[in-house]
Amino acid sequence: MADDRPATGTRLRLPLEWLGILPFAVFALLFLILPTMKIVIGAFQAQDGSFTFQNMIDLNTASIRNAYWTSIKLSFITAALGCAVGFGMAAAVVFGGLPKGVRSPLLTFSGVASNFAGVPLAFAFIATLGPVGLITVWLRTEFGINLRAYGFNLLSFWGLVITYLFFQIPLMILIIIPALDGLKREWREAAAVLGATGVQYWRMVALPILFPSLLGTFALLFANAFGAVATAFALTGPQLNIVPIKLFAQIRGDVLGNPNLGYALAFGMIVITAAANTLYIWLRVRSERWLK
Amino acid sequence: MMRVVSWGVFLLGCLYFLLPLVGMGEFSLRMRRGEYSFDAYAVVFGDPRFWETFGYSLALAGATIVMGVVLVVPTAYWVRLRLPQARPFVEFVTLLPLVIPAIVIVFGYIRLYNTSSFLPLTGSALGTDFLLTMGYATLALPYMYRSVDTGLRTIDVGTLTEAAQSLGAGWVTILARIILPNVMVAVLSGAFLTLAIVLGEFTMAALLNRPAFGPYMQLLGANRAYEPPALAVIAFAVTMGVHGADAGL
Repeated sequence: MADDRPATGTRLRLPLEWLGILPFAVFALLFLILPTMKIVIGAFQAQDGSFTFQNMIDLNTASIRNAYWTSIKLSFITAALGCAVGFGMAAAVVFGGLPKGVRSPLLTFSGVASNFAGVPLAFAFIATLGPVGLITVWLRTEFGINLRAYGFNLLSFWGLVITYLFFQIPLMILIIIPALDGLKREWREAAAVLGATGVQYWRMVALPILFPSLLGTFALLFANAFGAVATAFALTGPQLNIVPIKLFAQIRGDVLGNPNLGYALAFGMIVITAAANTLYIWLRVRSERWLK
Repeated sequence: MMRVVSWGVFLLGCLYFLLPLVGMGEFSLRMRRGEYSFDAYAVVFGDPRFWETFGYSLALAGATIVMGVVLVVPTAYWVRLRLPQARPFVEFVTLLPLVIPAIVIVFGYIRLYNTSSFLPLTGSALGTDFLLTMGYATLALPYMYRSVDTGLRTIDVGTLTEAAQSLGAGWVTILARIILPNVMVAVLSGAFLTLAIVLGEFTMAALLNRPAFGPYMQLLGANRAYEPPALAVIAFAVTMGVHGADAGL
């Protein structure tokens, strides 16, 4: 009898304990999970509500395929360049023998710059590299170089790449500096004692340890660029054919002429950003095994 | 040699970051022909729409922060105190807004809460404001939760709760007068990040058709030449101010 009582006690108390996170669960359900489910389910429904794969098949038109391809290229290139440049700057500060004083301003600036995305960022680049921007005018009047004659246009794919790097590089710096700090001096010394050269140390010790961090951050930057709307919209307006801009136009005015195709377009975005972010989270867990 | 390369990489990087800032600063001063002036700033600050939209976004940021605190602090506290088995679920949910793009979330809102739905929030201005606030709370959730949870880790939640209970405190008193003051720095840190996110946000506000600061900036950018860079300078100053306040905690 005495043994039974705690058992009944826990059985009765358990649901009450879960009530404590009920407000959170309701919020998540109403404003996160149900809206997303609505999109996902809609992507597999015909206009009359019946189940279909037709929307997925209809995504395979030249215009939508192009939008996805441009978005993927844009995200891939800005993530790769962001990782490379960010790594270079972080390595210069951590190992390159720069004065200690530059480190903290770089981190602070990176925090600000990684948040300085969206509409104002587009304005800053138009004022700098736009048709009458600071650098454009300076190159033309001082050196007679007409950027436009060389085929450069800020309101284009490569213009977007240059602009996106302004928030991609700082994000890389913010994530990778702690990882570089985690490389222990003893590892380098141990490698040197065993006769390794600097290159061998990097190739066989440091990079393998950093690899999950690097690839994970790459995935995060990829998703970051893929989901960005405001910067591209403020820079090029609605005409550039990338997925977020296309979806924006679709939500505003059903430009595809089929609401369910719009759901499918959004579903494709979820699949891509979810894959990239899952890779990021999984790799971050792996990298924490060695660093710290 | 190593040091030269380091300096080269570092300075080139700095140049890339400085030029757009110098560019927007210079351009914003060019409004008057032939000389530098602050005319563009005068026009921006003289525009009632600037103050209306900025005030609107600021008010929404306030509501978002309150919503975030009321939602996150009790939940994170409860998970730590009584429900550690719910941690994977709660953490998964708080990471979702990083996985699902904001534009997809707001797309779901528009279709789920339209005028012919069970909860017609987009039918009225107040309802849409509420929906937008919930959207912003969602966007801020990952940062708010992580910040508060880290703050809770540094205090002894169990002992504080038992001490308060033995003195007769109820749950509301414990949360408002014991837990909240103890994680105030973490809450403020999350609040500042929320403020930075909400003030510049464009996509959700534009698609829900609310007069927020982000859509206002975009509209100005499409129609004017010198005011946008002035706005960019102001936005950069605000972002820096918010970060400075956060770092000063």
